[in-house]
Amino acid sequence: MSRLGRSLETVGAWLLGLLWALPLAYAIWTAFHPPQFSTRFALWAPLTLQNFAKAWDAAPFARYFLNTTLLVTMILAAQLVLCTLAAYAFARFSFRGREIAFLLVLVQLMIMPDVLIVENYRTMSRLGILDTLGAIGLPYMASAFGIFLLRQTFKTVPKELDEAARVEGAGMLEVLWKVYVPLARPVYVAYALVSISYHWNNFLWPLIVTNSVSSRPLTVGLQVFSSGDQGVDWSIITAATLMTSAPLLVGFLLFQRQFVQSFMRAGIR
Amino acid sequence: MHGWLLLLPAAILLATFTHYPTLATLYHSFFSTAKPSRPSVWVGGDNYRAMVEDPVFWQVLGNNVWFAVGTIPASIALAILMAVWVNGKVAGRGLLRLSFFTPTVLPMIAVANIWLFFYTPGYGLLDQLSGLFGLPSHNWLGTRSTALPCLIVVTIWKEAGFFMIFYLAALQSVSPHLHEAAALMGAGRWYFFCRVTFPLLMPTTLFILINAVINSFRLVDHIVVMTKGGPDNATALLLYYIYDVGFKFWDVGYAAALTLVLLVILAAFAMGQFLFIDRRVHYQ
Repeated sequence: MSRLGRSLETVGAWLLGLLWALPLAYAIWTAFHPPQFSTRFALWAPLTLQNFAKAWDAAPFARYFLNTTLLVTMILAAQLVLCTLAAYAFARFSFRGREIAFLLVLVQLMIMPDVLIVENYRTMSRLGILDTLGAIGLPYMASAFGIFLLRQTFKTVPKELDEAARVEGAGMLEVLWKVYVPLARPVYVAYALVSISYHWNNFLWPLIVTNSVSSRPLTVGLQVFSSGDQGVDWSIITAATLMTSAPLLVGFLLFQRQFVQSFMRAGIR
Repeated sequence: MHGWLLLLPAAILLATFTHYPTLATLYHSFFSTAKPSRPSVWVGGDNYRAMVEDPVFWQVLGNNVWFAVGTIPASIALAILMAVWVNGKVAGRGLLRLSFFTPTVLPMIAVANIWLFFYTPGYGLLDQLSGLFGLPSHNWLGTRSTALPCLIVVTIWKEAGFFMIFYLAALQSVSPHLHEAAALMGAGRWYFFCRVTFPLLMPTTLFILINAVINSFRLVDHIVVMTKGGPDNATALLLYYIYDVGFKFWDVGYAAALTLVLLVILAAFAMGQFLFIDRRVHYQ
Protein backbone atom coordinates (compact mmCIF):
# COMPACT_ATOMS: atom_id res chain seq x y z
CA MET A 1 0.00 0.00 0.00
CA SER A 2 1.40 3.35 -0.98
CA ARG A 3 2.10 6.34 1.25
CA LEU A 4 -0.74 8.13 -0.49
CA GLY A 5 -3.12 5.37 0.45
CA ARG A 6 -2.07 5.61 4.07
CA SER A 7 -2.58 9.33 4.27
CA LEU A 8 -5.94 9.03 2.52
CA GLU A 9 -6.91 6.53 5.17
CA THR A 10 -5.84 8.86 7.96
CA VAL A 11 -7.91 11.62 6.43
CA GLY A 12 -10.87 9.25 6.16
CA ALA A 13 -10.52 8.17 9.76
CA TRP A 14 -10.42 11.75 10.91
CA LEU A 15 -13.39 12.79 8.82
CA LEU A 16 -15.45 9.98 10.32
CA GLY A 17 -14.18 10.87 13.78
CA LEU A 18 -15.20 14.50 13.31
CA LEU A 19 -18.57 13.49 11.93
CA TRP A 20 -19.10 11.30 14.99
CA ALA A 21 -18.08 14.05 17.39
CA LEU A 22 -20.16 16.69 15.64
CA PRO A 23 -23.55 16.14 17.34
CA LEU A 24 -22.09 16.29 20.82
CA ALA A 25 -19.82 19.19 19.96
CA TYR A 26 -22.80 21.03 18.55
CA ALA A 27 -24.82 20.35 21.68
CA ILE A 28 -22.00 21.67 23.84
CA TRP A 29 -21.73 24.78 21.67
CA THR A 30 -25.45 25.47 21.94
CA ALA A 31 -25.60 24.87 25.66
CA PHE A 32 -22.75 27.22 26.53
CA HIS A 33 -23.77 30.14 24.33
CA PRO A 34 -26.66 32.60 24.43
CA PRO A 35 -29.74 31.51 22.42
CA GLN A 36 -29.02 33.85 19.52
CA PHE A 37 -25.88 31.83 18.78
CA SER A 38 -27.57 28.44 18.96
CA THR A 39 -27.89 28.24 15.20
CA ARG A 40 -25.09 30.57 14.27
CA PHE A 41 -21.41 29.86 14.56
CA ALA A 42 -19.19 32.77 15.61
CA LEU A 43 -15.79 32.07 17.09
CA TRP A 44 -15.97 34.90 19.64
CA ALA A 45 -19.53 34.37 20.78
CA PRO A 46 -19.73 34.98 24.52
CA LEU A 47 -19.73 31.92 26.76
CA THR A 48 -22.49 31.61 29.32
CA LEU A 49 -23.86 29.29 31.96
CA GLN A 50 -27.27 30.99 31.82
CA ASN A 51 -28.87 28.10 29.91
CA PHE A 52 -27.96 25.66 32.64
CA ALA A 53 -29.24 27.97 35.33
CA LYS A 54 -32.52 28.49 33.49
CA ALA A 55 -32.99 24.77 32.91
CA TRP A 56 -32.21 24.01 36.54
CA ASP A 57 -34.85 26.52 37.66
CA ALA A 58 -37.47 25.51 35.14
CA ALA A 59 -37.89 21.91 36.29
CA PRO A 60 -37.18 19.96 39.49
CA PHE A 61 -33.91 18.54 38.18
CA ALA A 62 -32.43 18.27 41.65
CA ARG A 63 -35.20 15.86 42.56
CA TYR A 64 -34.74 13.95 39.30
CA PHE A 65 -31.02 13.62 39.99
CA LEU A 66 -31.80 12.30 43.45
CA ASN A 67 -34.35 9.83 42.05
CA THR A 68 -32.00 8.50 39.41
CA THR A 69 -29.14 8.19 41.88
CA LEU A 70 -31.32 6.31 44.35
CA LEU A 71 -32.76 4.13 41.61
CA VAL A 72 -29.41 3.19 40.11
CA THR A 73 -27.89 2.49 43.53
CA MET A 74 -30.84 0.43 44.64
CA ILE A 75 -30.90 -1.67 41.48
CA LEU A 76 -27.15 -2.23 41.51
CA ALA A 77 -27.06 -3.20 45.19
CA ALA A 78 -29.91 -5.67 44.76
CA GLN A 79 -28.39 -7.07 41.57
CA LEU A 80 -25.00 -7.61 43.18
CA VAL A 81 -26.44 -9.49 46.14
CA LEU A 82 -29.02 -11.57 44.26
CA CYS A 83 -26.78 -12.43 41.33
CA THR A 84 -23.86 -13.35 43.58
CA LEU A 85 -25.98 -15.77 45.60
CA ALA A 86 -27.62 -17.31 42.55
CA ALA A 87 -24.36 -17.56 40.62
CA TYR A 88 -22.72 -19.27 43.58
CA ALA A 89 -25.55 -21.79 43.69
CA PHE A 90 -25.20 -22.55 39.98
CA ALA A 91 -21.42 -22.70 40.03
CA ARG A 92 -20.74 -24.77 43.12
CA PHE A 93 -23.83 -26.61 44.32
CA SER A 94 -25.55 -29.58 42.86
CA PHE A 95 -29.24 -29.70 43.51
CA ARG A 96 -32.27 -31.21 41.84
CA GLY A 97 -33.40 -29.25 38.81
CA ARG A 98 -30.26 -27.14 38.55
CA GLU A 99 -30.01 -27.40 34.78
CA ILE A 100 -33.66 -26.52 34.24
CA ALA A 101 -33.43 -23.66 36.72
CA PHE A 102 -30.43 -22.29 34.85
CA LEU A 103 -32.25 -22.47 31.53
CA LEU A 104 -35.20 -20.67 33.12
CA VAL A 105 -32.82 -17.94 34.24
CA LEU A 106 -31.40 -17.62 30.75
CA VAL A 107 -34.90 -16.99 29.41
CA GLN A 108 -34.54 -13.44 30.68
CA LEU A 109 -31.67 -12.85 28.26
CA MET A 110 -34.12 -13.02 25.39
CA ILE A 111 -37.29 -11.82 27.06
CA MET A 112 -36.03 -8.70 28.75
CA PRO A 113 -38.25 -6.74 31.14
CA ASP A 114 -38.16 -3.96 28.53
CA VAL A 115 -40.71 -5.77 26.38
CA LEU A 116 -43.02 -7.09 29.11
CA ILE A 117 -44.33 -3.62 29.84
CA VAL A 118 -48.03 -4.40 29.65
CA GLU A 119 -48.10 -7.32 32.09
CA ASN A 120 -45.52 -5.86 34.45
CA TYR A 121 -47.58 -2.70 34.65
CA ARG A 122 -50.56 -4.81 35.62
CA THR A 123 -48.49 -6.50 38.35
CA MET A 124 -47.21 -3.20 39.73
CA SER A 125 -50.69 -1.81 39.83
CA ARG A 126 -51.94 -4.90 41.66
CA LEU A 127 -49.08 -4.57 44.16
CA GLY A 128 -50.13 -0.96 44.59
CA ILE A 129 -46.65 0.42 43.98
CA LEU A 130 -47.17 2.30 40.72
CA ASP A 131 -45.29 5.58 40.58
CA THR A 132 -42.55 4.51 43.00
CA LEU A 133 -38.85 3.91 42.50
CA GLY A 134 -39.40 0.31 43.58
CA ALA A 135 -41.73 -0.28 40.66
CA ILE A 136 -39.08 0.96 38.22
CA GLY A 137 -36.37 -1.19 39.72
CA LEU A 138 -38.03 -4.49 40.66
CA PRO A 139 -38.16 -6.14 37.22
CA TYR A 140 -34.43 -5.60 36.75
CA MET A 141 -33.12 -6.71 40.13
CA ALA A 142 -32.71 -10.39 39.34
CA SER A 143 -30.53 -10.10 36.28
CA ALA A 144 -29.93 -13.20 34.17
CA PHE A 145 -27.00 -11.46 32.61
CA GLY A 146 -25.37 -10.85 36.01
CA ILE A 147 -26.02 -14.42 37.15
CA PHE A 148 -24.55 -15.79 33.95
CA LEU A 149 -21.49 -13.54 34.10
CA LEU A 150 -20.72 -14.33 37.74
CA ARG A 151 -21.38 -18.04 37.35
CA GLN A 152 -18.77 -18.20 34.60
CA THR A 153 -16.30 -16.40 36.83
CA PHE A 154 -17.00 -18.44 39.95
CA LYS A 155 -16.48 -21.62 37.96
CA THR A 156 -12.89 -20.61 37.26
CA VAL A 157 -12.10 -20.36 40.98
CA PRO A 158 -9.98 -23.41 41.94
CA LYS A 159 -11.97 -25.84 44.08
CA GLU A 160 -8.91 -26.25 46.34
CA LEU A 161 -9.27 -22.67 47.57
CA ASP A 162 -12.87 -23.35 48.44
CA GLU A 163 -12.02 -26.56 50.27
CA ALA A 164 -9.08 -25.02 52.12
CA ALA A 165 -11.35 -22.30 53.46
CA ARG A 166 -13.91 -24.86 54.55
CA VAL A 167 -11.28 -26.94 56.33
CA GLU A 168 -10.44 -23.84 58.32
CA GLY A 169 -14.03 -23.78 59.45
CA ALA A 170 -15.50 -21.09 57.20
CA GLY A 171 -19.23 -21.36 56.55
CA MET A 172 -20.89 -21.34 53.15
CA LEU A 173 -21.47 -17.60 52.97
CA GLU A 174 -18.10 -16.86 54.50
CA VAL A 175 -16.38 -18.82 51.74
CA LEU A 176 -18.39 -16.92 49.17
CA TRP A 177 -17.48 -13.59 50.72
CA LYS A 178 -13.80 -14.29 51.41
CA VAL A 179 -12.82 -16.45 48.44
CA TYR A 180 -15.14 -15.96 45.49
CA VAL A 181 -16.13 -12.31 45.69
CA PRO A 182 -12.56 -10.93 45.94
CA LEU A 183 -11.42 -13.07 43.01
CA ALA A 184 -14.29 -11.86 40.84
CA ARG A 185 -13.61 -8.18 41.46
CA PRO A 186 -12.88 -7.15 37.86
CA VAL A 187 -16.11 -8.78 36.77
CA TYR A 188 -18.03 -6.92 39.44
CA VAL A 189 -16.55 -3.63 38.24
CA ALA A 190 -17.46 -4.44 34.65
CA TYR A 191 -20.97 -5.48 35.57
CA ALA A 192 -21.48 -2.42 37.78
CA LEU A 193 -20.44 0.00 35.03
CA VAL A 194 -22.73 -1.64 32.49
CA SER A 195 -25.61 -1.74 34.95
CA ILE A 196 -25.17 1.88 35.98
CA SER A 197 -25.08 3.15 32.41
CA TYR A 198 -28.03 1.00 31.46
CA HIS A 199 -30.27 2.15 34.27
CA TRP A 200 -29.15 5.77 34.21
CA ASN A 201 -30.24 5.80 30.57
CA ASN A 202 -33.32 3.60 30.79
CA PHE A 203 -36.44 5.39 29.64
CA LEU A 204 -39.52 3.53 28.39
CA TRP A 205 -40.39 1.50 31.51
CA PRO A 206 -39.83 4.42 33.91
CA LEU A 207 -41.93 6.59 31.59
CA ILE A 208 -44.78 4.10 31.89
CA VAL A 209 -44.78 3.48 35.64
CA THR A 210 -44.12 6.99 36.90
CA ASN A 211 -46.28 10.06 36.74
CA SER A 212 -45.07 12.39 39.43
CA VAL A 213 -41.98 14.41 40.24
CA SER A 214 -41.26 12.33 43.33
CA SER A 215 -40.50 9.16 41.37
CA ARG A 216 -39.45 10.32 37.93
CA PRO A 217 -35.86 9.58 36.95
CA LEU A 218 -33.79 12.06 34.95
CA THR A 219 -34.54 10.61 31.53
CA VAL A 220 -38.29 10.89 32.03
CA GLY A 221 -37.91 14.29 33.69
CA LEU A 222 -35.93 15.50 30.70
CA GLN A 223 -38.60 14.26 28.30
CA VAL A 224 -41.40 15.93 30.29
CA PHE A 225 -39.39 19.13 30.38
CA SER A 226 -38.38 19.25 26.73
CA SER A 227 -41.77 18.28 25.35
CA GLY A 228 -43.56 20.90 27.43
CA ASP A 229 -46.07 23.09 25.66
CA GLN A 230 -44.56 26.34 26.86
CA GLY A 231 -42.04 26.21 24.01
CA VAL A 232 -38.76 26.11 25.84
CA ASP A 233 -35.93 27.31 23.64
CA TRP A 234 -33.31 24.99 22.27
CA SER A 235 -30.34 26.31 24.20
CA ILE A 236 -32.09 25.47 27.45
CA ILE A 237 -33.21 22.03 26.29
CA THR A 238 -29.70 21.25 25.14
CA ALA A 239 -28.30 22.45 28.45
CA ALA A 240 -30.75 20.19 30.28
CA THR A 241 -29.84 17.31 27.99
CA LEU A 242 -26.14 17.70 28.68
CA MET A 243 -26.80 18.14 32.37
CA THR A 244 -28.64 14.83 32.60
CA SER A 245 -25.93 12.93 30.75
CA ALA A 246 -23.05 14.76 32.45
CA PRO A 247 -22.32 12.35 35.31
CA LEU A 248 -21.99 9.39 32.95
CA LEU A 249 -20.10 11.42 30.38
CA VAL A 250 -17.60 12.77 32.90
CA GLY A 251 -17.22 9.34 34.45
CA PHE A 252 -16.57 7.92 31.01
CA LEU A 253 -13.97 10.55 30.16
CA LEU A 254 -12.15 9.92 33.44
CA PHE A 255 -12.27 6.12 33.31
CA GLN A 256 -12.35 5.56 29.57
CA ARG A 257 -10.28 2.40 29.65
CA GLN A 258 -12.38 0.75 32.35
CA PHE A 259 -15.59 1.63 30.53
CA VAL A 260 -14.45 0.20 27.22
CA GLN A 261 -13.05 -2.91 28.85
CA SER A 262 -16.19 -3.40 30.93
CA PHE A 263 -18.50 -3.17 27.94
CA MET A 264 -16.22 -5.56 26.10
CA ARG A 265 -16.01 -8.05 28.94
CA ALA A 266 -19.73 -7.89 29.54
CA GLY A 267 -20.54 -8.45 25.90
CA ILE A 268 -18.16 -11.23 25.05
CA ARG A 269 -18.89 -13.80 27.70
CA MET B 1 -30.89 -27.68 49.59
CA HIS B 2 -28.40 -24.87 50.13
CA GLY B 3 -28.36 -24.39 46.40
CA TRP B 4 -32.08 -23.64 46.27
CA LEU B 5 -31.87 -21.34 49.25
CA LEU B 6 -29.17 -19.28 47.56
CA LEU B 7 -31.17 -19.19 44.40
CA LEU B 8 -34.50 -18.39 46.00
CA PRO B 9 -34.47 -14.55 46.10
CA ALA B 10 -33.45 -14.25 42.45
CA ALA B 11 -35.83 -17.03 41.45
CA ILE B 12 -38.82 -15.31 43.04
CA LEU B 13 -38.13 -12.05 41.24
CA LEU B 14 -37.46 -13.75 37.93
CA ALA B 15 -40.64 -15.77 38.22
CA THR B 16 -42.68 -12.68 39.08
CA PHE B 17 -41.31 -10.32 36.46
CA THR B 18 -40.21 -12.58 33.61
CA HIS B 19 -41.89 -15.97 33.63
CA TYR B 20 -45.27 -15.01 35.01
CA PRO B 21 -45.73 -12.00 32.67
CA THR B 22 -44.68 -14.10 29.70
CA LEU B 23 -47.37 -16.68 30.43
CA ALA B 24 -49.85 -13.98 31.41
CA THR B 25 -49.28 -12.30 28.05
CA LEU B 26 -50.32 -15.48 26.30
CA TYR B 27 -53.32 -15.93 28.59
CA HIS B 28 -54.55 -12.33 28.41
CA SER B 29 -54.19 -12.26 24.65
CA PHE B 30 -57.31 -14.46 24.54
CA PHE B 31 -59.37 -11.97 26.55
CA SER B 32 -61.13 -8.79 25.58
CA THR B 33 -60.13 -5.53 27.18
CA ALA B 34 -62.25 -4.65 30.21
CA LYS B 35 -64.51 -1.62 29.73
CA PRO B 36 -66.45 0.25 32.40
CA SER B 37 -69.68 -1.31 31.14
CA ARG B 38 -68.33 -4.77 30.35
CA PRO B 39 -65.69 -6.83 32.19
CA SER B 40 -62.96 -8.72 30.37
CA VAL B 41 -64.25 -11.93 28.75
CA TRP B 42 -62.73 -14.86 26.87
CA VAL B 43 -62.76 -14.05 23.16
CA GLY B 44 -60.59 -16.84 21.83
CA GLY B 45 -58.54 -15.74 18.81
CA ASP B 46 -60.40 -12.45 18.30
CA ASN B 47 -57.41 -10.30 19.22
CA TYR B 48 -55.25 -12.20 16.77
CA ARG B 49 -57.90 -11.95 14.08
CA ALA B 50 -58.06 -8.21 14.66
CA MET B 51 -54.28 -8.09 14.45
CA VAL B 52 -54.14 -9.82 11.08
CA GLU B 53 -56.74 -7.37 9.79
CA ASP B 54 -55.04 -4.35 11.34
CA PRO B 55 -53.14 -2.51 8.59
CA VAL B 56 -51.16 -0.59 11.20
CA PHE B 57 -49.79 -3.84 12.63
CA TRP B 58 -48.43 -4.88 9.24
CA GLN B 59 -47.07 -1.42 8.62
CA VAL B 60 -45.33 -1.43 12.00
CA LEU B 61 -43.87 -4.86 11.36
CA GLY B 62 -42.64 -3.67 7.97
CA ASN B 63 -41.15 -0.55 9.55
CA ASN B 64 -39.31 -2.73 12.00
CA VAL B 65 -37.85 -4.86 9.24
CA TRP B 66 -36.74 -1.75 7.34
CA PHE B 67 -35.35 -0.29 10.53
CA ALA B 68 -33.30 -3.46 11.11
CA VAL B 69 -32.15 -3.61 7.49
CA GLY B 70 -31.25 0.08 7.57
CA THR B 71 -29.37 0.08 10.84
CA ILE B 72 -27.63 -3.28 11.16
CA PRO B 73 -25.45 -3.73 8.05
CA ALA B 74 -24.45 -0.06 8.08
CA SER B 75 -23.49 0.01 11.74
CA ILE B 76 -21.60 -3.28 11.45
CA ALA B 77 -19.66 -2.07 8.40
CA LEU B 78 -18.84 1.21 10.12
CA ALA B 79 -17.89 -0.64 13.29
CA ILE B 80 -15.38 -2.78 11.40
CA LEU B 81 -13.95 0.27 9.67
CA MET B 82 -13.63 2.12 12.98
CA ALA B 83 -12.03 -0.85 14.68
CA VAL B 84 -9.49 -1.36 11.91
CA TRP B 85 -8.57 2.33 12.02
CA VAL B 86 -8.39 2.58 15.78
CA ASN B 87 -6.39 -0.64 15.93
CA GLY B 88 -3.94 0.52 13.24
CA LYS B 89 -1.34 3.23 13.23
CA VAL B 90 -3.58 6.21 12.51
CA ALA B 91 -2.39 9.37 14.24
CA GLY B 92 -4.50 10.36 17.25
CA ARG B 93 -6.31 7.06 17.53
CA GLY B 94 -7.02 7.65 21.24
CA LEU B 95 -9.12 10.67 20.31
CA LEU B 96 -10.77 8.77 17.49
CA ARG B 97 -11.75 5.93 19.79
CA LEU B 98 -13.17 8.47 22.21
CA SER B 99 -15.19 10.10 19.46
CA PHE B 100 -16.57 6.79 18.17
CA PHE B 101 -17.44 5.34 21.56
CA THR B 102 -18.94 8.37 23.33
CA PRO B 103 -22.45 8.05 21.78
CA THR B 104 -22.72 4.64 23.46
CA VAL B 105 -22.53 6.18 26.91
CA LEU B 106 -25.14 8.86 26.27
CA PRO B 107 -28.78 8.14 27.07
CA MET B 108 -30.77 7.44 23.91
CA ILE B 109 -33.22 10.10 24.98
CA ALA B 110 -30.45 12.72 25.19
CA VAL B 111 -29.13 11.64 21.81
CA ALA B 112 -32.63 11.94 20.37
CA ASN B 113 -32.99 15.45 21.76
CA ILE B 114 -29.74 16.56 20.17
CA TRP B 115 -30.62 15.06 16.79
CA LEU B 116 -34.12 16.46 16.97
CA PHE B 117 -32.52 19.88 16.81
CA PHE B 118 -30.47 18.81 13.80
CA TYR B 119 -33.59 17.83 11.92
CA THR B 120 -35.71 20.84 12.89
CA PRO B 121 -37.07 22.44 9.72
CA GLY B 122 -35.92 25.98 9.06
CA TYR B 123 -33.17 26.50 11.56
CA GLY B 124 -31.86 22.98 12.31
CA LEU B 125 -28.31 22.20 11.26
CA LEU B 126 -29.37 19.96 8.40
CA ASP B 127 -31.59 22.62 6.87
CA GLN B 128 -28.91 25.26 7.35
CA LEU B 129 -26.41 23.07 5.51
CA SER B 130 -28.80 22.33 2.67
CA GLY B 131 -29.63 26.05 2.65
CA LEU B 132 -25.99 26.78 1.82
CA PHE B 133 -26.47 24.84 -1.38
CA GLY B 134 -29.66 26.72 -2.11
CA LEU B 135 -31.95 23.76 -1.37
CA PRO B 136 -35.40 24.46 0.07
CA SER B 137 -36.26 23.77 3.70
CA HIS B 138 -37.42 20.24 4.40
CA ASN B 139 -39.44 18.80 7.27
CA TRP B 140 -37.19 15.80 7.80
CA LEU B 141 -39.13 14.11 10.59
CA GLY B 142 -42.54 15.22 9.38
CA THR B 143 -42.33 13.64 5.94
CA ARG B 144 -43.22 10.01 5.50
CA SER B 145 -40.32 9.20 3.21
CA THR B 146 -37.55 10.74 5.30
CA ALA B 147 -38.71 10.19 8.89
CA LEU B 148 -37.63 6.55 9.27
CA PRO B 149 -34.26 7.08 7.53
CA CYS B 150 -33.64 9.96 9.96
CA LEU B 151 -34.19 7.61 12.92
CA ILE B 152 -31.98 5.02 11.27
CA VAL B 153 -29.13 7.52 11.04
CA VAL B 154 -29.46 8.34 14.74
CA THR B 155 -29.39 4.65 15.65
CA ILE B 156 -26.34 3.96 13.50
CA TRP B 157 -24.57 6.88 15.13
CA LYS B 158 -25.38 5.53 18.56
CA GLU B 159 -24.60 1.85 17.94
CA ALA B 160 -21.58 1.69 15.63
CA GLY B 161 -19.14 2.70 18.37
CA PHE B 162 -20.56 0.08 20.68
CA PHE B 163 -20.04 -2.67 18.11
CA MET B 164 -16.58 -1.27 17.37
CA ILE B 165 -15.20 -2.36 20.72
CA PHE B 166 -16.11 -6.01 20.09
CA TYR B 167 -14.27 -5.89 16.78
CA LEU B 168 -11.38 -4.13 18.47
CA ALA B 169 -11.14 -6.97 20.98
CA ALA B 170 -11.25 -9.52 18.16
CA LEU B 171 -8.64 -7.67 16.09
CA GLN B 172 -6.28 -7.51 19.02
CA SER B 173 -6.39 -11.28 19.27
CA VAL B 174 -5.40 -11.74 15.61
CA SER B 175 -1.86 -13.07 15.65
CA PRO B 176 0.79 -10.65 14.30
CA HIS B 177 2.47 -13.63 12.63
CA LEU B 178 -0.37 -13.69 10.13
CA HIS B 179 0.52 -10.15 9.12
CA GLU B 180 4.16 -11.07 8.73
CA ALA B 181 3.37 -14.17 6.70
CA ALA B 182 1.06 -12.20 4.43
CA ALA B 183 3.64 -9.45 4.02
CA LEU B 184 6.25 -12.04 3.01
CA MET B 185 3.94 -13.34 0.34
CA GLY B 186 3.33 -9.83 -0.86
CA ALA B 187 -0.38 -9.73 -0.03
CA GLY B 188 -1.91 -6.27 -0.13
CA ARG B 189 -3.82 -4.86 2.82
CA TRP B 190 -7.18 -5.17 1.16
CA TYR B 191 -6.47 -8.75 0.15
CA PHE B 192 -5.31 -9.52 3.67
CA PHE B 193 -8.48 -8.02 5.12
CA CYS B 194 -10.79 -9.95 2.83
CA ARG B 195 -9.01 -13.27 3.09
CA VAL B 196 -7.70 -13.28 6.66
CA THR B 197 -9.10 -10.61 8.96
CA PHE B 198 -12.74 -10.68 7.90
CA PRO B 199 -13.13 -14.48 8.18
CA LEU B 200 -11.47 -14.34 11.59
CA LEU B 201 -14.00 -11.70 12.64
CA MET B 202 -16.92 -13.90 11.61
CA PRO B 203 -17.84 -15.17 15.11
CA THR B 204 -17.81 -11.57 16.37
CA THR B 205 -19.98 -10.49 13.46
CA LEU B 206 -22.54 -13.20 14.19
CA PHE B 207 -22.61 -12.30 17.85
CA ILE B 208 -23.10 -8.61 17.04
CA LEU B 209 -25.67 -9.40 14.37
CA ILE B 210 -27.96 -11.23 16.76
CA ASN B 211 -27.62 -8.58 19.43
CA ALA B 212 -28.28 -5.85 16.89
CA VAL B 213 -31.44 -7.57 15.72
CA ILE B 214 -32.70 -7.92 19.29
CA ASN B 215 -31.85 -4.26 19.91
CA SER B 216 -33.77 -3.16 16.85
CA PHE B 217 -36.90 -4.67 18.36
CA ARG B 218 -36.24 -3.41 21.86
CA LEU B 219 -35.12 0.20 21.56
CA VAL B 220 -37.85 2.75 20.98
CA ASP B 221 -36.79 5.65 23.24
CA HIS B 222 -35.84 7.84 20.29
CA ILE B 223 -39.25 7.37 18.72
CA VAL B 224 -40.99 8.72 21.81
CA VAL B 225 -38.81 11.83 21.65
CA MET B 226 -38.51 12.45 17.93
CA THR B 227 -41.65 11.38 16.09
CA LYS B 228 -44.12 9.61 18.39
CA GLY B 229 -44.47 7.04 15.65
CA GLY B 230 -45.66 9.58 13.10
CA PRO B 231 -46.25 10.80 10.48
CA ASP B 232 -49.04 8.28 9.80
CA ASN B 233 -47.22 5.54 11.74
CA ALA B 234 -44.29 5.80 9.33
CA THR B 235 -41.82 5.49 12.20
CA ALA B 236 -43.73 3.30 14.65
CA LEU B 237 -41.83 0.12 15.54
CA LEU B 238 -43.48 -2.93 17.10
CA LEU B 239 -42.62 -2.14 20.72
CA TYR B 240 -43.68 1.46 20.24
CA TYR B 241 -47.01 0.29 18.84
CA ILE B 242 -47.45 -1.95 21.89
CA TYR B 243 -46.78 1.07 24.08
CA ASP B 244 -49.32 3.10 22.11
CA VAL B 245 -52.03 0.42 22.18
CA GLY B 246 -51.37 -0.55 25.80
CA PHE B 247 -50.88 2.83 27.44
CA LYS B 248 -52.60 5.39 25.25
CA PHE B 249 -55.66 3.46 24.05
CA TRP B 250 -55.52 1.13 27.09
CA ASP B 251 -56.48 -1.80 24.87
CA VAL B 252 -54.59 -4.34 26.97
CA GLY B 253 -56.07 -7.41 25.30
CA TYR B 254 -54.79 -6.37 21.91
CA ALA B 255 -51.51 -5.17 23.43
CA ALA B 256 -51.03 -8.67 24.88
CA ALA B 257 -51.50 -10.24 21.45
CA LEU B 258 -48.98 -7.80 19.97
CA THR B 259 -46.53 -8.48 22.80
CA LEU B 260 -46.77 -12.18 22.08
CA VAL B 261 -45.70 -11.58 18.49
CA LEU B 262 -42.71 -9.60 19.76
CA LEU B 263 -41.84 -12.38 22.22
CA VAL B 264 -41.94 -14.98 19.48
CA ILE B 265 -39.65 -12.88 17.28
CA LEU B 266 -37.18 -12.31 20.12
CA ALA B 267 -37.26 -15.98 21.12
CA ALA B 268 -36.53 -17.04 17.55
CA PHE B 269 -33.44 -14.86 17.37
CA ALA B 270 -32.30 -15.77 20.86
CA MET B 271 -32.53 -19.44 19.91
CA GLY B 272 -30.21 -18.68 17.04
CA GLN B 273 -27.81 -17.04 19.43
CA PHE B 274 -28.06 -19.95 21.83
CA LEU B 275 -27.20 -22.44 19.11
CA PHE B 276 -24.40 -20.22 17.93
CA ILE B 277 -22.86 -19.80 21.38
CA ASP B 278 -23.10 -23.54 21.84
CA ARG B 279 -21.16 -24.05 18.64
CA ARG B 280 -18.50 -21.57 19.60
CA VAL B 281 -17.97 -23.31 22.91
CA HIS B 282 -17.40 -26.60 21.10
CA TYR B 283 -14.92 -25.09 18.72
CA GLN B 284 -12.79 -23.57 21.45
